[in-house]
Amino acid sequence: MGDGPVKDAQRRISFRGGGFDPRPRPLVAWIFFAAVLALWQAGSSAGVIDSLFLPSPARIAVALQELIASGDLFRHLGASLARIGLGWLIGAITGVMLGGLIGLSWLGRSAGLPFISALFPVPKIALLPLLILWLGIGESAKVVTIALGVFFPIAISTYAGIDNVPRNLIRMAQSFNVPLSAIIWKVVVPGIMPSILSGCRISASIALILVVSAEMIGANVGIGSFLLTTGNLMQTDQLMAGIVAIAVLGLLIGALISWLERVLLAWR
Amino acid sequence: MAFELVVSGLSHRYGALSVLEDISFTIRQGEILAIVGPSGCGKSTLLGIAGGLLRPTAGTVSVAGAMPASLNPFTYIFQDFALLPWRSVAANVRLPIEHHPVSASDREKLVSDALARTGLSEFAGALPKQLSGGMRQRVGIARALVVRPALLLMDEPFSALDAQTRDLLMGDFEAIWAREKTTAAYVTHNLHEALRMADRIMILRRRPGRIREIVPVPIPRSERRGAAAERDLVRIHGELWGLIREEAQLADREIAHG
Repeated sequence: MGDGPVKDAQRRISFRGGGFDPRPRPLVAWIFFAAVLALWQAGSSAGVIDSLFLPSPARIAVALQELIASGDLFRHLGASLARIGLGWLIGAITGVMLGGLIGLSWLGRSAGLPFISALFPVPKIALLPLLILWLGIGESAKVVTIALGVFFPIAISTYAGIDNVPRNLIRMAQSFNVPLSAIIWKVVVPGIMPSILSGCRISASIALILVVSAEMIGANVGIGSFLLTTGNLMQTDQLMAGIVAIAVLGLLIGALISWLERVLLAWR
Repeated sequence: MAFELVVSGLSHRYGALSVLEDISFTIRQGEILAIVGPSGCGKSTLLGIAGGLLRPTAGTVSVAGAMPASLNPFTYIFQDFALLPWRSVAANVRLPIEHHPVSASDREKLVSDALARTGLSEFAGALPKQLSGGMRQRVGIARALVVRPALLLMDEPFSALDAQTRDLLMGDFEAIWAREKTTAAYVTHNLHEALRMADRIMILRRRPGRIREIVPVPIPRSERRGAAAERDLVRIHGELWGLIREEAQLADREIAHG
C-alpha cells in the first residue's frame, strides 16, 4: 500500500498486527537495576530504611570488600564449592547411569522408573537428619544430600533425553548395521546432550540451595553457616554480602553452562 | 546371475488393525519398482519390512540369486533425511562405513567419491542446519551411495521438498541411476514421480493394504520427458488414477481413531 495519498473512494487498511513481542532491551535492564540501587541507597541515606535490617548498597559493598580482604569469603565459598563439586559429580555420574538404564532397557525402566517417581518429590534436605545419623555430622552427610538432589534431575533429564532422540535417527543407524555400542556413542549420547545440559542447569541451582541449607544445619565453615552466624549476630551487612556472593556464584555457574551449551550444541 | 528380491505372502498387523495382507511380488535386479497408494495403505510399513527394520506378522522377504558386493545391501533413503544434526555432511556420509574394516584412506576416498557423485564436495564441512532441504536429501543419497547398495529402499524421498527442488533432485537421481543401475523400491504417493522414475508401478489398496495391480511403464526412462511419450504417460496416469482415486477419497475423509 505504501504511504502515498489515498483517494476519496479508497480507505487505508489500519494496522492491527502489533504487540505480543516483548524483546528485552539490555540498556533498559541496566537503567532499571541502577535506579533500584539508587532508590535503595537514597532511602537508607534519608533514614527511611532501617540499616540494621536492610543495610544500604554502599555498606554491603564495603562489607563484601572486607570479607574479600580478610579471606573469609573465599574460605566459606571454597568449603561450599568443594561440597557442591563433589556432591554434584557423584549425583551426576550416578544419575546419568541410572537414567541411561531407564532410557535404554525395558528392565531398567520397569525397575527404575517407579523408584525415581516415588523418591523425586521428597525434599532432599528432609533426608539430612537421617543421613547425619547414618554418616555422622561430617562432610559425607552434606555431600550425599547434594548428590541426592542432583541425582534425580540428572537421571530424569537423561532418560527423557533418550526418549526424545528421534527414533528415525536410531532406525537409520540400524539400517546401516551400525553396532549397538556405536549407536549409543554416535547417536544417543550427542542426541541427549541438550537435555543433559538443561538437567545440569536445574541441578546446579538445586545443589546451591542444598549446600546452603545443609551448612545451616551442621557446619562450621561454608557460606550457609556464615549466613546463619551473621544473621544470629545481626551483622546484616555481612549477611547481605554473603547473599550477593551466592548470587554471583549462581550467575557464574549459569554462565559456565551457557558457554558449554554454545560449544557442545553449536549444531542446533 | 542376477538377483531378485522375493516378497512372499506378507501380512502385517498393528494390534487389531490389519495393515498389509497377503502381499507377494518380486523386484528384479536393475529395476525401479514404485509402490503407490493412498495414505494408510501400508506403503512405508512394506518398505520397513522389506529392508528388515520391521518384523512382519506373516510372510517372508528373501533374495534369490547372488547380490552384488556391497557394504550394506539393503539401504534406505528416508523421507525426513535422517541426518545426524551434530555431524558435518562428510561425517554423516561416513557413518555407514565407520564400523567396516576399511582403511582410513579408503574410507575417505569412498566418502569424497560419494560427495562428488552427488555434487556435495564443496559442502563436506557444512552442518545439516546450514543446508536447504534439497541439499540435505542429497546428503541422504550420498550416504546411501557410499555403501554401494544392492537394493535402495526409498521412502517418499522427495515428498518433504518443494516442487522445484523435487524436480531437480529427481533429475540428479535419474542421472545417478543411469550410471549405476541400482535396483530400487520407491515408495511415493505421487503418480507423476512414479511415472517418471519407475519401471513398474505397484498400486496398493488400503485397509488392509493389498496389491491392486502392478502396472509396467513401457517407455524407456530417458524418453519419458520428451513430447513423444507424453500421450502414453497421460494415458497410464489416467488408468492409475482410476485405480486409486476412490480409495484416496476415502482416506481423505477418514477421521483418525486412537
